[in-house]
Amino acid sequence: MYGGGNTFEGIKPDEHTGEDPIQLAEFEARIDRGEKIEPSDWMPKLYRKQLIRMIEQHAHSEIIGALPEGTWITRAPGFKRKMALMAKVQDEVGHGQLLYSAAETLGKSREEMIDDLINGRSKYSNIFNYPTFTWADCCFISWLVDAGAIVNQLANAKGSYGPYCRALDRICAEESFHLKYGHHCVIYLASGTQKQRDMFQEALNRWWPPMMHFFGPSDKISVHTEILMKWKVKMGSNDDMRNQFLDMYVPKIWELGFTIPDPNLKKDTETGRWMYTEPDWEEFKRVINGDGPCNKERLEVRRIAEERGRWVREALRTPKTAYLTPLA
Amino acid sequence: MNHEAIKELLYKMADDQLILGHRNSEWTGFGPLLEEDIAFSSMAQDKIGHSLALYTILNDLGEQDPDTTAFTRTADQFHNTVFTELPNAEYDFSLIRHFLYDTAEALRFEMLGQSSFEPLAQLATKVRGELRYHTMHANIWVKQLGTATKESISRLQQSLEFALPYALGIFEPSPYESDLINDGIFEGEKALEEKWKKKVESLITQTQLQLPKWETITPHYGGRIGNHTEHLQPLLDEMSEVFNIDPTAEW
Repeated sequence: MYGGGNTFEGIKPDEHTGEDPIQLAEFEARIDRGEKIEPSDWMPKLYRKQLIRMIEQHAHSEIIGALPEGTWITRAPGFKRKMALMAKVQDEVGHGQLLYSAAETLGKSREEMIDDLINGRSKYSNIFNYPTFTWADCCFISWLVDAGAIVNQLANAKGSYGPYCRALDRICAEESFHLKYGHHCVIYLASGTQKQRDMFQEALNRWWPPMMHFFGPSDKISVHTEILMKWKVKMGSNDDMRNQFLDMYVPKIWELGFTIPDPNLKKDTETGRWMYTEPDWEEFKRVINGDGPCNKERLEVRRIAEERGRWVREALRTPKTAYLTPLA
Repeated sequence: MNHEAIKELLYKMADDQLILGHRNSEWTGFGPLLEEDIAFSSMAQDKIGHSLALYTILNDLGEQDPDTTAFTRTADQFHNTVFTELPNAEYDFSLIRHFLYDTAEALRFEMLGQSSFEPLAQLATKVRGELRYHTMHANIWVKQLGTATKESISRLQQSLEFALPYALGIFEPSPYESDLINDGIFEGEKALEEKWKKKVESLITQTQLQLPKWETITPHYGGRIGNHTEHLQPLLDEMSEVFNIDPTAEW
């Protein structure tokens, strides 16, 4: 699950100069024609750098995103939910695996990427730095965070880099099941006891601000990314993605009888755009820079898992293994 | 056909699968590599699925519905072998448990394919196919890590020695052994144990691990009659935390 809003930093003016003009023109013409760029094709350095950055962040978001929901696997109420949630979180880890492979085609190893995650050099979706206090928080993620991710990922799947697009096609197909599962869970809370309804309303109140942050800073304040849009690395503006999400899901939330904690939220019928209270972008920046409720915990879990698993990975690498077996 | 004997057999199998499936699922997000996260999650899903199928047969025999059976009993009402409830600890223990337990479980379901109790025989035919992947996974990893580095070999050796008494607890004799055997329901724990020992020996000899002599190991019994370690009740409390907010609610 990935929002994509925090992917891009400002590009320095000299960062995309110095490329061979003929090769660059050919490259851009291919993208204009809707062709996919493959790993062995020529590409500008900035294209490679930004793609690694984006796919890597997406991969991290999958494996860190597995934690807030994963903690509810052992507590899921009943067989049906337990089995579905296990499969769902497993999918997310699988997406991570798929995406690390896609990023590896651009020349950065999985180990380097995970090191950068643990050392804080590489980011992941901000939303996973918030805690899941109750089962309803977990349901919110399964339904609405996955819904937001699908909006973003469907757009990115039309991008220009072949391996990433193919990974996204598979991921989106699986995410659509997650969305159904999450929606089903929320319908049961909505039509259940007062306690169940309250649980979801409280979760909605907690998660709405990070959900609005999910798509990234408002276009008014976000960095310029024209060149990345031209190269089909970034496929839509943050505000467009947010608007598309609101358009699809606000009516569904209202339909279930819940209240969205923003008195200014309404659709402007003339422009077709949603109006809302501007999210607190200072909080967004604070959390992305490490000062959110769960940043430390999330990275600590990942660090411990890596450390505890090191001997296993080393044992797989040893050249003198007496018995070797293909793993595939 | 002795229904009490069948129920006893079904309960211990179902509880084993539920508890070990739960433990396997705790690896989600924490595996030594992503591929192992995913593998343990798959096996967890299979195991929880098998427990559901077994509780469903119990339900058909007059026991409560699967959710109530799984989510509302206390530790002393569970019949799983203590082996399955032990915490995951490090990957070496989880792997050794997976190998020892699933080798037994695959054999058990293979034997049950011939059971005179039709619902169990049918289920066994389906489950056997899935368990083949579990044992394949365990065998590959034990062979790999059991022959790789000094550290991996020594970790697996220690876990093996720690795990074996508990593993023998899988075969704790049931008060209904002779009924099950005479009615053709199940060949019995003793027969299963003998087959299991041969499989374990044959795999371990392909590694640099040492198997202690069987006669030097004292089996850890008690789980089948509800005598559990301090680890089971907290696991059950966690499992039923949401369910118990309102057991009559639909989730």
